[in-house]
Amino acid sequence: MGNAIFSCCEQKPSVQAELRSESRLTWRVTRLFTNNRRRRKPVRMKRGLQENELKDGGGPSGECKRTLKRLCEPTRERAVEAEGISWEHLPQEILLHVFQYLPLLDRAYASQVCRGWNLAFHMPELWRCFEFELNQPASSYLKATHPELIKQIIKRHSNHLQYVSFKVDSSRESAEAACDILSQLVNCSLKTLGLISTARPSFMELPRSHFISALTVVFINSKSLSSLKIDDTPVDDPSLKVLVANNSDTLKLLKMSSCPHVSPAGILCVADQCHGLRELALNYHLLSDELLIALSSEKHVHLEHLRIDVVSENPGQQFHTIKKSSWDAMVHHSPKFNLVMYFFLYEEEFGPFFQDEIPVTHLYFGRSVSKDVLGRVGLTCPRLVELVVCANGLRPLDEELIRIAQRCTQLSAIGLGECEVSCSAFVEFVKMCGDRLKQLSIMEEVLVPDSRYELDDIHWEVSKHLGRVWFPDMMPTW
Amino acid sequence: MVVNTVHWFRKGLRLHDNPALRDSIRGSDTLRCIYILDPWFAGSSNVGINRWRFLLHCLEDLDASLRKVNSRLFVIRGQPTDVFPRLFKEWQITHLSYEYDSEPFGKERDAAIRKLASEAAVEVTVRISHTLYDLDRIIELNGGQPPLTYKRFQALINRMDAVELPAERITPETMQTCVTPISENHDEKFGVPSLEELGFETEGLPTAVWPGGETEALLRLERHLERKAWVANFERPRMNANSLLATPTGLSPYLRFGCLSCRLFYFKLTDLYRKVKKNSSPPLSLYGQLLWREFFYTAATNNPCFDKMEGNPVCVQIPWDRNPEALAKWAEGRTGFAWIDAIMTQLRQEGWIHHLARHAVACFLTRGDLWISWEEGVKVFEELLLDADWSVNAGSWMWLSCSSFFQQFFHCYCPVGFGRRTDPNGDYIRRYLPMLRGFPAKYIYDPWNAPEEVQKAAKCIIGVHYPKPMVNHAEASRINIERMKLIYQQLSCYRGLGLLASVPANPSSSEAPRGSSEEGAPRSENTQKRRHEEAPTTSRSWKQSKLGSR
Repeated sequence: MGNAIFSCCEQKPSVQAELRSESRLTWRVTRLFTNNRRRRKPVRMKRGLQENELKDGGGPSGECKRTLKRLCEPTRERAVEAEGISWEHLPQEILLHVFQYLPLLDRAYASQVCRGWNLAFHMPELWRCFEFELNQPASSYLKATHPELIKQIIKRHSNHLQYVSFKVDSSRESAEAACDILSQLVNCSLKTLGLISTARPSFMELPRSHFISALTVVFINSKSLSSLKIDDTPVDDPSLKVLVANNSDTLKLLKMSSCPHVSPAGILCVADQCHGLRELALNYHLLSDELLIALSSEKHVHLEHLRIDVVSENPGQQFHTIKKSSWDAMVHHSPKFNLVMYFFLYEEEFGPFFQDEIPVTHLYFGRSVSKDVLGRVGLTCPRLVELVVCANGLRPLDEELIRIAQRCTQLSAIGLGECEVSCSAFVEFVKMCGDRLKQLSIMEEVLVPDSRYELDDIHWEVSKHLGRVWFPDMMPTW
Repeated sequence: MVVNTVHWFRKGLRLHDNPALRDSIRGSDTLRCIYILDPWFAGSSNVGINRWRFLLHCLEDLDASLRKVNSRLFVIRGQPTDVFPRLFKEWQITHLSYEYDSEPFGKERDAAIRKLASEAAVEVTVRISHTLYDLDRIIELNGGQPPLTYKRFQALINRMDAVELPAERITPETMQTCVTPISENHDEKFGVPSLEELGFETEGLPTAVWPGGETEALLRLERHLERKAWVANFERPRMNANSLLATPTGLSPYLRFGCLSCRLFYFKLTDLYRKVKKNSSPPLSLYGQLLWREFFYTAATNNPCFDKMEGNPVCVQIPWDRNPEALAKWAEGRTGFAWIDAIMTQLRQEGWIHHLARHAVACFLTRGDLWISWEEGVKVFEELLLDADWSVNAGSWMWLSCSSFFQQFFHCYCPVGFGRRTDPNGDYIRRYLPMLRGFPAKYIYDPWNAPEEVQKAAKCIIGVHYPKPMVNHAEASRINIERMKLIYQQLSCYRGLGLLASVPANPSSSEAPRGSSEEGAPRSENTQKRRHEEAPTTSRSWKQSKLGSR
């Protein structure tokens, strides 16, 4: 878990260039796909061939040989050498190995060099993974995977697909398109499937039956799904039953935060039967003592990650509590598991939380959280590793932070947004935690100068205790 | 030989610290100061009435100041490329001078004019005076790339030569024998146009909160320094309810149009600090606002796509929504969030908002709530914000939307809580949203939560007289945080993970190898290694990202 944000920012341009070229990849490839029957222009330009060389006879591999010869001129010796290499006889494994390093676009270019390379292009090994990007120009800033490429994949490679994800924008049309593709994946056996809403949760806008029938196609045909990411979708209890009936031996990861149609009984059925489940993400209303007991049963593997989103659907909502004994059972069974909790609650809804000890490791408070609750965090979260407080009231969090430093001995990352801490208390906090604080992300405005420290002093003082150069986060004065 | 000079004003609308003008006067027989504007373009441009009014004030003030040195301002209607060949000929011009413009669009325009000048055998004088430093020199010092963190930028500034002193003001003495030929019908031909002439409706237009011009700018500078001297505190002032309002000491629009020289401001601050703090040398933080401006100018100078996401090498590609209706609600202050709407109303009416208020509305439009591209925000600010510089505007929007420079996306501003913390009483809201005047402080930031009796007593029913909130903030921020996390997790193989993104969420790589997507391609491990070898300096982040995503 890096603190490299600070040190590595300067390398951004190349990163971005890389990223950009990747995002552009899809459309360039598809342009190629739509044209590749006739046009060889990209290859020609790349290899620097003359028009007539392509026109005269011979298959693509003949061309290829001639190309090599031509490239190796003028010395005859080198031409002989080129004959010796004989690219078309390159063993498939080696070609495959090389191709694995290439992005799709370059592979598509290469596939036009000769018949052998074209065959290699279609090798199943290269089509195990695919990310479908479904965006509508009217609703998104990003380009979509070209429909022609999607068609080609379904036609020629759907039985090779194993790791598939769908990225959809906010539009219902995109979510529908994803479902259409899903329902055509009848002859493939997926290992991972991710349905990812990149903007608004658009799968939620589909009729539930439509979505479920597409999803169950994959559940029934795959039979060896190991990871499934279906956050913000209308998945329901019966479809989870289908999942369990077909994939219970293989399922290791299930992410289904904000799936309102699933009930506690539905998720309990998954936990009861999928003993290999190691990672689970869901909303608090699905969390029950029974679920924790099921996940801690002897037959069950150790859980690695459990992510809980605590979201209030309507203001003033009452939340149930989880028994300490259930958490104890979990920790006993999986001593190293991460419990990640995201809170999106109004201040007055925190009543039932942090009254008893809870084995939470990563805590995120997305809305304002009171001083009182943060005080309780220090008392009840001995396993805490990472804490993010987005906002707090007007009073400084001095004692609360110091208590957290005292009691949460594993704490290694902290982020503070709209809160206030006096500079002295903050320095004290850092001193107590020392260099185990790998990440320390504090907005400049959070720190209130006091009699001991001005803002300009604080970065020296904190850097000293951390053993590395540290600065508060800042926003531009504009 | 007779030397006939034209000085071309664009930014830098001032007679103090105007080295290009000063240098070109020396040895000239005649001088004509021109400003070129296209009246047809004015009405149809994206720039709002407040910004045009500010500009016209500046030009009137400039004309008045030039009269004091026995000259005048020539406002020329047209396009620079059409105007110059004509002027060169008509006025028998031998010399042209202007202030260096570092922005890509300006550089392109100036290159074209330079070419026209050389064709007409006109000598060109260009001087840097809109920024503190020669930006190319900063980039050179950083190995040819603009610095992408403010800390890095500050480190480079420390290694730069001292800022050049501002040039002396143009006075009648400066002019010496140089004269401006002024015709009888000067006002008719070259006068500063009115807003009506530019096609704006001015009926009911309230007086300007920010009057433009160099005279006003210098007055404000004095007041600004007096106030600083009086509080004798050079820290960035903590925000309170008062700081949200326009002050007579605010300088940002004047720096934007160059009515105030950034170097003059810089040296006045330095002098004051030395005087108050008894000769201790001033910290960089003293010049905060000026250096931020310089930072974004540097980042943008060689990047013509700086105000766009696509094709912009420093911008993270984020799948923003296109949603014209939601955008209009934001831009027109109809979001239903009183804090956001008050800020947008102030911006539209007065042309300026406090920088933390900018943060609030920028976060709300982009990663905080509406998930609309920062490019749209840039355009709205370009229309309304008096101090909107192309570079600073786009750069700040990228920063605030976590599209560049800044990655700690959990730092989000709450559209209810942030305002309440700043101005608990809600007077700011009441000032700009009169319909909410009757609400008690308790409900003024979230009036939709007020009981019906309270709404009735306030004579404002939410949903009728004032809109209901356009989004559920808790839900929107939950969703958006996930989206940002997704984007940054994908970047993480290069750069190490930030808070939140480091929360493990991936399947073990043995079973489902990672790649371009979270559960990605079998080949991705290789690809990542290869990239790692190509860029050895990223080794730390690579290792960390592996740890982070176990």
